[in-house]
Amino acid sequence: MSDLPLIQADPAVSSPAATTRKGGRGRGSRLLSRTDRVVIALMVLVPLLLVVGLVWFPALATVALSGTNWDGIGPIGEIEWVGGRNYSDVINIYPPFVPAVQNNLLWLAALFVVATPFGMFLAVLLDKEIRGSRFYQTALYLPVVLSLALIGFVWQLIYSRDQGLLNAALGTSTDWYGDPDVNIWAVLVAAGWRHVGYIMLLYLAGLKGVDPSLREAAAVDGASEATTFFKVVFPVLRPINIIVLVVTVIESLRAFDLVWVVNKGRNGLELISALVTQNVVGEASRIGFGSALATLMLAVSLVFITVYLATVMRENRK
Amino acid sequence: MSRPRTQAEYLARLVPPSVAGLRRRSLLAGAAGTGALLGTGLLAGCGSDSESGGAESKTVSLGSNQSDPKPKDVLAKVMAGFQTASGVEVAINTVDHNTFQENINNYLQGKPDDVYTWFAGYRMRFFAAKGLAGDVSDVWGKLSGYSDAFKKASTGDDGKQYFVPASYYPWAMFYRKSVWQQRGYQVPKTLDELNALGAQMKRDGLNPIAFGDKDGWPAMGTFDILNLRINGYQFHIDLMAGKEAWTSDKVKKVFDTWAGLLPLHQADSLGRTWQEAAQSLQQKKSGMYLLGLFVGQQFNDDEQDDLDFFTFPEIDPAIGAKALDAPIDGYMMARKPKSAANAKKLMEYLGSKDAADVTVKNDPNTLVANSGADVSGYTALQKKAAELVGSATEIAQFLDRDTRPDFASTVMIPALQQFIKDPKDIGGLLTSIENQKKSIFTD
Repeated sequence: MSDLPLIQADPAVSSPAATTRKGGRGRGSRLLSRTDRVVIALMVLVPLLLVVGLVWFPALATVALSGTNWDGIGPIGEIEWVGGRNYSDVINIYPPFVPAVQNNLLWLAALFVVATPFGMFLAVLLDKEIRGSRFYQTALYLPVVLSLALIGFVWQLIYSRDQGLLNAALGTSTDWYGDPDVNIWAVLVAAGWRHVGYIMLLYLAGLKGVDPSLREAAAVDGASEATTFFKVVFPVLRPINIIVLVVTVIESLRAFDLVWVVNKGRNGLELISALVTQNVVGEASRIGFGSALATLMLAVSLVFITVYLATVMRENRK
Repeated sequence: MSRPRTQAEYLARLVPPSVAGLRRRSLLAGAAGTGALLGTGLLAGCGSDSESGGAESKTVSLGSNQSDPKPKDVLAKVMAGFQTASGVEVAINTVDHNTFQENINNYLQGKPDDVYTWFAGYRMRFFAAKGLAGDVSDVWGKLSGYSDAFKKASTGDDGKQYFVPASYYPWAMFYRKSVWQQRGYQVPKTLDELNALGAQMKRDGLNPIAFGDKDGWPAMGTFDILNLRINGYQFHIDLMAGKEAWTSDKVKKVFDTWAGLLPLHQADSLGRTWQEAAQSLQQKKSGMYLLGLFVGQQFNDDEQDDLDFFTFPEIDPAIGAKALDAPIDGYMMARKPKSAANAKKLMEYLGSKDAADVTVKNDPNTLVANSGADVSGYTALQKKAAELVGSATEIAQFLDRDTRPDFASTVMIPALQQFIKDPKDIGGLLTSIENQKKSIFTD
């Protein structure tokens, strides 16, 4: 508060236009003290180094390693180059690959078509300030707070064929986690259970930010609840919608923990991320082969990232 | 988001890492893993020698995968024995069993503990060949009480010893005496008798053979024993070494026989852990169970006497029924221990009669490797198991210890699970295994 008048009193900054347009650059640098410049340089350099070191370098290294048959042991100089063999192996002779791609797509579809709209629905309900809404909010958000390892444990207690709650309650003997036709759906329910809470919270935050006068105006015009939501509120939530879309895509691409806790991503629960881990982590150490899988996953992610960036940039240009 | 590294195996004992609190070592190992990806040579190179010189320190460190309470306790007692005998203090770093195995590559290339728990077989020879294990041939010169079979199992490809065996456990068909007495079952000597017994058990309302393969590895035991019975030890070892074709009629016969036995196995095995399967035996819902001696862990103390076993019956009279899986657990030494003298002293103690005696007194679910040990404390079951292994003509280590780890975990586990859920397309399955094997066994 106190520095606001100070800035305005500064004769060097007569009007905002003067600093941003012509000549602004020269005057701006004179305004910055030495310390400021160092700080700004650090603020640019440190994140840049982090991004290059922790994102770009590993990504490029993965792509490079995908052309080798490195087993993770020995100096880098001894790594043997095998060209595209890993890729042809992945596609031609690696049975879990195709189910993994299918499961990743199924994951995306399930979260997008079922879990996300349901989360939105719950957010709208909770936004009505019904009695005990805080309790429901906490209950629904709880799975997001819990670690996925714990979620896997909780659902194992429910799904276990011989000792689980579900079979005991229904009197059935369905092999929820072992039957490859069933287990992907069983896991999707668990994944959706968590995703719904996440989406609900995002929408709830968005709904609280919607200008009440919009709703009042709609009510005055005689619009029904549903019309108000779809024609007025939902369009206003556009920024939230984009975030939710991105979150959903990211969640389905990086889906990993739950299937890993259940059976390490085998037997019907294959996901590309789990296959990468199976090959790279552990005694197996087929780092070259695992990197090829990771590169394929990167390529798929790039499609979504490109679409997202294109959308956001078009938005900014407007 | 924390990613679980282990699959805790058993409901009652299952506590995810996030609940137990991530262990410091596993975090470090994870960090080392990242480092290893960036520059393994650098990391491996910086295991400094500076600490090994100077005055003889009075400590030695031990990396242990014995994370379950019972074996952990036994290990602590063995180390206490070493401390009394030598005056050297042991710092035990216990890591969750599965985590330890999964991080072994990074662990050995970073700064491993002076001595660490590991397994015999290809798994040991692999790291020895990569130069990641310490030569303990001179320790073997001082050891006594080991048969040639154990020495051979401790020897690397270069003829030096890299391993000191501590304990082993045979795989066999376990059953409850009381159930068999009540129903009048007889131990089957041939495959036909086994089939007949299984059919009778079904009529009596039992699952003939308990089975759980959610974790992927238990089915390897079934494959091993069938291959040993049908094609013999040498073929099995050659197959594991990648020298034989999986598409051969010999391997096909193994899967055909297995397909014939599958109806006798407990249904829906892919969603069940071995512990749950063992409990069905304990609860008298299953008639028998092919597993290691550790199956006894799922039985109460007062039920231990009721547990008995027989070796898997003969299938081909020309091959017989004298070969079996009996994996050996033991210890290896780091390539560059901080104190080589203390580390070797510890290795020697671990291979001694004294260490074996401590284990016999405290662990009823394993057998000690040293024949000089006082085994008067063995239970009847342990005595019988020791006899079984003693009379075996050949001893295999278990599929994932006899072959390349990358082949075992990324090819065999999915393939065996595929077979269990759809036992019809054996030809296609074997072609797929063979194709992947050719790609993996290149160097």
